[in-house]
Amino acid sequence: MSNREGEGCPKKICDAAQANLSLPVIAAFKVFQQELDTKHDKYEHLVKISRDITIESKRSIFLLHRVTSLPDAEDALNEADVKLDGVRQKIGQIAEELRGEDIYQFHRAFTPGIQEYVEAVSFLHYIRHRSLISLEEINAKLVFMRTEKGSAEAQPHAAQVLTFQVMPSDYLLGVADLTGELMRMCISSVGNGDIDTPFQLSQFLRQIHDGFSYIGNTGPYEVSKKLYTLRQSLGKVEDACYALRVRGSEIPKHMLADVFSSRTTLIDPDEGLV
Amino acid sequence: MSVTEMFSYIQGFLSADHDVREDIRKVVQVLEQTAREILTLLQSVHQPSGFKEIPSKCAKARELFCTVQTQMADLKTKFPVEQYYRFHEHWRFVLQRLAFLAAFVVYLESETLVTREEVAQILGIEVVREKGFHLDIEDYLAGVLIMASELSRLAVNSVTAGDYNRPLRISNFINELDSGFRLLNLKNDPLRKRYDGLKYDVKKIEEVVYDLSIRGLAKEPEAGGDK
Repeated sequence: MSNREGEGCPKKICDAAQANLSLPVIAAFKVFQQELDTKHDKYEHLVKISRDITIESKRSIFLLHRVTSLPDAEDALNEADVKLDGVRQKIGQIAEELRGEDIYQFHRAFTPGIQEYVEAVSFLHYIRHRSLISLEEINAKLVFMRTEKGSAEAQPHAAQVLTFQVMPSDYLLGVADLTGELMRMCISSVGNGDIDTPFQLSQFLRQIHDGFSYIGNTGPYEVSKKLYTLRQSLGKVEDACYALRVRGSEIPKHMLADVFSSRTTLIDPDEGLV
Repeated sequence: MSVTEMFSYIQGFLSADHDVREDIRKVVQVLEQTAREILTLLQSVHQPSGFKEIPSKCAKARELFCTVQTQMADLKTKFPVEQYYRFHEHWRFVLQRLAFLAAFVVYLESETLVTREEVAQILGIEVVREKGFHLDIEDYLAGVLIMASELSRLAVNSVTAGDYNRPLRISNFINELDSGFRLLNLKNDPLRKRYDGLKYDVKKIEEVVYDLSIRGLAKEPEAGGDK
């Protein structure tokens, strides 16, 4: 009998001993704890930078929407450029954070910010040059010089080049978002009595749409979702051009905006902005 | 660069990516097949007759792990090593399974928790990312958790087979694991979900131990044998 009770007791003692950190299993898990915490911290930090990038990029996009109605567009464009320079500094922080890491391990942490940046920078590029910015042009701007703090080596060139490569999938999704902005730009330029821009835009959007149809569903999963929104935007712009062509010659310029706004509300009351 | 050129460039990138994934999928399928073979082999320890054959089963499993090593080497050649996490989801599942199997074999042999280094060595891969194809820490932990539920099953079956001491040893082991996992700050991810299942394994084993001790069966094997 005493023997049987004896079986229960050592187990309790054993339980208490498990709090003891000298056990090999516990010691191993201490190491795992540290490793996981470092990883999660890094991830959180990247998410935070990505959010800042998103906010700043959104602001530049809003600024760029104002360009069409301003007398001196060049000023606003330069201001947007300065803002985007700030964003690029933040991307530099991401690059720094990812130094020596597998970029794909943390990709999900910063992909929203990068997509928004691609959207902003390509929007600026379109307004300036009326063409699509290429992936290389984006990447070329994301080269950072970092001065090395560890002076122990005392190298002659203390500056180190750090680059960030936007992934093709992020580029693709950013360009898909760009089309939404272009649609808004088209509508607002009609409001300003600008007759040429809508036609340019519809042509450009059609090219992008064809490009996306060419990629089809071989791309990432989100592309097919964005393709649907892209179709809607294209439809709106094409309808706008149609309205301008048919009624433009009949209606006095100052009334164009009214005609147009009544048409668009008829087509689709919600904004295809995602 | 015109819009069309840009899109055909991206398309080229995407189809290259697709090809790599296709290659990886094929190798992973083979790996999954081997993992199933090992699992089938080890499942027989739950049979009453299987308890005596544990060492031979483990030796056979070790042989099969050599096949795994060559298949892993094949997988490594399918993509650039610095892009491990780009394709991670393709082999995550099978790697967790293999980590479980390796941990299970080591437990059956020595009744200790396999270290991450040992698992990596059994599978023929690296521990740290810098050195090449490695075992992600979360995959290792997931494998250990799968083993915990296998051990709770083993505790039940070893009672059926008349081995009344094993559940006690398993209970100690699982309790140790449980307090280890308590040290981790898990995020709300798949690993956390799986960890939440550990308490049920702990509970089940405790019930088995309770049943044994209340009947006085949890003693030396000779005493348990005459029941």
